[in-house]
Amino acid sequence: MLLKRSPDIPASEITDERLYLRRREFMRIAGGTAMAVAAAPLLACAAEPAGADPAANGGPFDAPGSPLTGYKEKAVTTDEKLNTFEEITGYNNFYEFGTNKGDPKAYSGSLKTSPWTVKVDGLCSKPADYHLEDLIKPIQLEERIYRLRCVEAWSMVIPWIGVPLSKVIERAEPTAKATFIQFTTLLRPSQMPGQTTSVLEWPYVEGLRMDEAKHPLTILAVGMYGKSLINQNGAPIRLVVPWKYGFKSIKSIVRIRFVDKQPETSWNISNSQEYGFYSNVNPQVDHPRWSQASERRLGGGLFNSKIPTKMFNGYGDQVASLYTGMDLRRNY
Amino acid sequence: MQKAAKVLVFLACLAPFVWLAIRTLTGRLGINPIEDLELTTGIWALRLLVITLAVTPFRRLTGWNRVIQYRRMFGLFTFFYACVHFAIYIGLDQSLAFGLILKDVAKRPFITMGFTAFVLMIPLALTSTKGSIRRLGRRWQVLHRLIYVSAVCAAVHYLWKVKVMIGSPVYYAIVIALLLGFRVLWQLRSAKLMKTQRVTA
Repeated sequence: MLLKRSPDIPASEITDERLYLRRREFMRIAGGTAMAVAAAPLLACAAEPAGADPAANGGPFDAPGSPLTGYKEKAVTTDEKLNTFEEITGYNNFYEFGTNKGDPKAYSGSLKTSPWTVKVDGLCSKPADYHLEDLIKPIQLEERIYRLRCVEAWSMVIPWIGVPLSKVIERAEPTAKATFIQFTTLLRPSQMPGQTTSVLEWPYVEGLRMDEAKHPLTILAVGMYGKSLINQNGAPIRLVVPWKYGFKSIKSIVRIRFVDKQPETSWNISNSQEYGFYSNVNPQVDHPRWSQASERRLGGGLFNSKIPTKMFNGYGDQVASLYTGMDLRRNY
Repeated sequence: MQKAAKVLVFLACLAPFVWLAIRTLTGRLGINPIEDLELTTGIWALRLLVITLAVTPFRRLTGWNRVIQYRRMFGLFTFFYACVHFAIYIGLDQSLAFGLILKDVAKRPFITMGFTAFVLMIPLALTSTKGSIRRLGRRWQVLHRLIYVSAVCAAVHYLWKVKVMIGSPVYYAIVIALLLGFRVLWQLRSAKLMKTQRVTA
């Protein structure tokens, strides 16, 4: 058991959040901007009185790499050594900026992530276009130190900062018909040079089953190493699902849509023989062209042996029950 | 003059290795240093293989016959980079776990391809001396056609390694296909020429 703390969220925290939300409402009214209460979430942020909350205007998400404050440190952690900031930001798969590991760092600089709107829609009773601040601010930020296992058999340990996706889902009030969620990455070839090539179908799309999406380990990350996300890591907001191969954790999200059937996912469209919908980390089910039994933990230098890969990337205690009775060889 | 040219070509072929050694010793490899070493040596083996295979078509098309005297050096440098590539895979990537390596070779098509490409080069390197050429005579040429098989395996090895078959591995496969295709066309043409000559005679 590598996790030091169970990620289950105690009931007390949920109460806290309600108070927090009410506090925001109170401040808006007190500031004489009653209009903001009725307005769409997109407007709410701009209408908030300046100075009431420094994050509201020119907040940390407006400039990638700005310091984040007030997050709960090590809400989930591990005793493994963290990868360095340089490793996490210098070795990326983000095909929107090129297929080489150094391309995202080299070519993502011109991507403008502010203002950023996330559309939450589909089968839910409260669809909305959220300004990023409004999507995140009502929810307590948490640091989640997770292992990230790439389908290419390398891995890192990354201190993400984000919010449980379940909180965002709750707010949208999905209907009973919503059984899956589809996520979409920004489509902007002028600032994402990889999108001018046909390496994948654009925009990048990913999906989760509703119970996977609501699982307490699943987060929407907005930061890493105490700062807001920088472009090559999927700024300003990305998914992190630590028990699945890295490509499931879609970056630079602009749309979260509730649907009633298993949505299409980019790698599955590209090569369905090799990349399934579930893509759970599984050392017993090899990629058709290479073994998934072991992985190289980056940061160990030249004489760094591979380490055995763990079922569900070591999060089996928390997530195995999601897949009871499923043939994980067929549902790869 | 000719000797100086040979030394220059030799140094040019060795330069990528020297640069890689410098990067290794000064800690300037990438964030995944083992992958960096494997990719760099693999790509140079492939580049030199392409150059080796290009010698004959180049000679036929330009009539510049002297280029043939560099072919052995290109071929041996291909083998040299393939050896370093293979050694890094065995020693650093797999940490000398021979059981796992054998399983990998048998089970992973992309490793099988790379391994085959490498093994087929061994007899070619061993028989690259003037003595061998003399001793083997006509059979030397037949034996050295193994390089065609090795080249196909090397191209497929690279194609099967990547997550999506696009870009660099595809370009190498196309270039190798063209170089091999040239030989087929040349054979067909000379066979046809001989036929017409026989008819007119």
